[in-house]
Amino acid sequence: MSDNIILRTEGLTKRYGGVHALEGADFELRHGEHIAIVGDNGAGKSTFVRQITGVEQPSAGRIFFNGAEVAFKSPIEARDIGIETVHQNLALADDLDIPSNLFLGREERYFNLGPFSILNERKMLGRSREALTATGVKIPDLRNKIRNMSGGQRQCVAISRAATFASKLIIMDEPTAALGVQETAQVENIIRGLKTRGIPLILISHNLRQVLDLVDRVWVFRRGRIAGVVDRDKTTGNDIVAMITGVKSASEGDAAFV
Amino acid sequence: MAEATTAAVTAGKTQRRPWPAEVSVLIGLIIIALVFEALGWLLIHQSFLVNPARLQIVILQVSIVGIIAIGVTQVIITGGIDLSSGSVVSAAAMITMSFAQVSTYTRAVYPMLTDMPVIVPIAVGLACGLVAGLINGVIIAYTKIPSFIATLGMMVSARGVADWYTKGQPVSFPTDAYAAIGSGIRPVLIFAFIAILFWAIMRFTLYGKRTYAIGSNEQAARVSGINVERHLVLVYTIAGILSAVAAIVVSSRNLTAQAGMGTGYELDAIAMVVIGGTSLYGGRGSIIGTVLGMLIFGVITSGFTFLRVDAFYQEMIKGVIIVGAVVQDVYRQRLRGRG
Repeated sequence: MSDNIILRTEGLTKRYGGVHALEGADFELRHGEHIAIVGDNGAGKSTFVRQITGVEQPSAGRIFFNGAEVAFKSPIEARDIGIETVHQNLALADDLDIPSNLFLGREERYFNLGPFSILNERKMLGRSREALTATGVKIPDLRNKIRNMSGGQRQCVAISRAATFASKLIIMDEPTAALGVQETAQVENIIRGLKTRGIPLILISHNLRQVLDLVDRVWVFRRGRIAGVVDRDKTTGNDIVAMITGVKSASEGDAAFV
Repeated sequence: MAEATTAAVTAGKTQRRPWPAEVSVLIGLIIIALVFEALGWLLIHQSFLVNPARLQIVILQVSIVGIIAIGVTQVIITGGIDLSSGSVVSAAAMITMSFAQVSTYTRAVYPMLTDMPVIVPIAVGLACGLVAGLINGVIIAYTKIPSFIATLGMMVSARGVADWYTKGQPVSFPTDAYAAIGSGIRPVLIFAFIAILFWAIMRFTLYGKRTYAIGSNEQAARVSGINVERHLVLVYTIAGILSAVAAIVVSSRNLTAQAGMGTGYELDAIAMVVIGGTSLYGGRGSIIGTVLGMLIFGVITSGFTFLRVDAFYQEMIKGVIIVGAVVQDVYRQRLRGRG
């Protein structure tokens, strides 16, 4: 069973002082699978993501990535292993252009002179163009600064950046929360593109329509615990809402609780 | 830009790339120079610009502070500030000069260490700037206190070092080799070399890219794997070294170092940077802008002298221009944010 699992957690727990933000989360994600994490505010979704991306270190529990146990001390370690996160606040430098943002922290150089290495801007520009094409983003002027772009374009740049470097897993935190209808559709198309490219995705979203539209399985968090996981095809929005609010428990029906 | 016509293809509209801030600064420089030219003809019947001697003096006057302004530019691009440069100039100048004295001067600071090869005082001076900048950088990067406070502390302490070093006595009588460093138009050449070097560094290297990235969004830089703390230490250290270069040039040119020298240099340097279009909020600015800002600063100073305006009025008007430059930056920001 574990052969096709890319990410698995066992009893993942996070306490802030006396507050149990996350309790005993057993989670798994298969290769090429797109899943969503849903739940009310304070349900533990973001806490969970912070543990698996190395932003915080869990109080208890274990994380396995690609079959091996991992303990990320920083987001950079998680990134180096192939987990890319699209942050809610985007993490783009507004005053830099697209190539500079895509390659931020991993710039292409002609030769290495430490901090005074000469940048290979041309290569970064070329690869940025390829990256945007691969994710299906059309932005005419790549040398324009992020500051001059719309919310949708910024989100597309952030996702392209994740998709370019994440060989193994992308995590998106509310990618369309701040976007208009048309821009949301654009981002959703990009996410479908990732599915066909076989890149696994963890999507955190409040938008159940979007969740049911895009992902294979939905993990429901409630009060710091995993309330259950359901297949997209075997559930309805009402079922999920019931689980989020606690009206219906996870063990009922065909929800496969691990 | 031509591509603006095809901008609205997908996912909302791109605002066209606005013209670089340097263009506005250049236009400002030209307008200010022309105003002085016109006033010159009207009031004292002389040309302001067609006077090579005057232009040379303008550039000479500002190039020493200009060296500091290059260092301050990169500090401000990271979103910080450096108030210590003027005091670092005086401390570094005093210490440097004490290693550059001639043996025939009987009251040298170190009678055993006179007539040293010129490389010794230069190395000592640069080391002073390096240490001051390193301390600034480490405190700012690792204690997270505002750069304003950290460099204010250094400003006071370095001035203390300058006073304490010879108990207030000026240090004079450098060797001929040392005196040659700042003679003639060499300060301008040294400035030009440093400006071109740092223009290239900011424009083409990892160092420049990361300096802009940190000033633009420190959080983004951090999650992207940039070692923000180490980079900030480097930025402030370089600013300190450039203050020391200015100290060497100015003490060599004046043939003396005094504890009070360099007073106000930090504010003049910040003014040049800000007039040059570098944003105090970080992320935006350039060496070219600072060079233009420096020229505006020089033109205003010498223009008022040329028109025989009282020095008091000069300071008042300079203050207005500095605030005006910042207001213009904030206005540009807000205009952009609304779009």
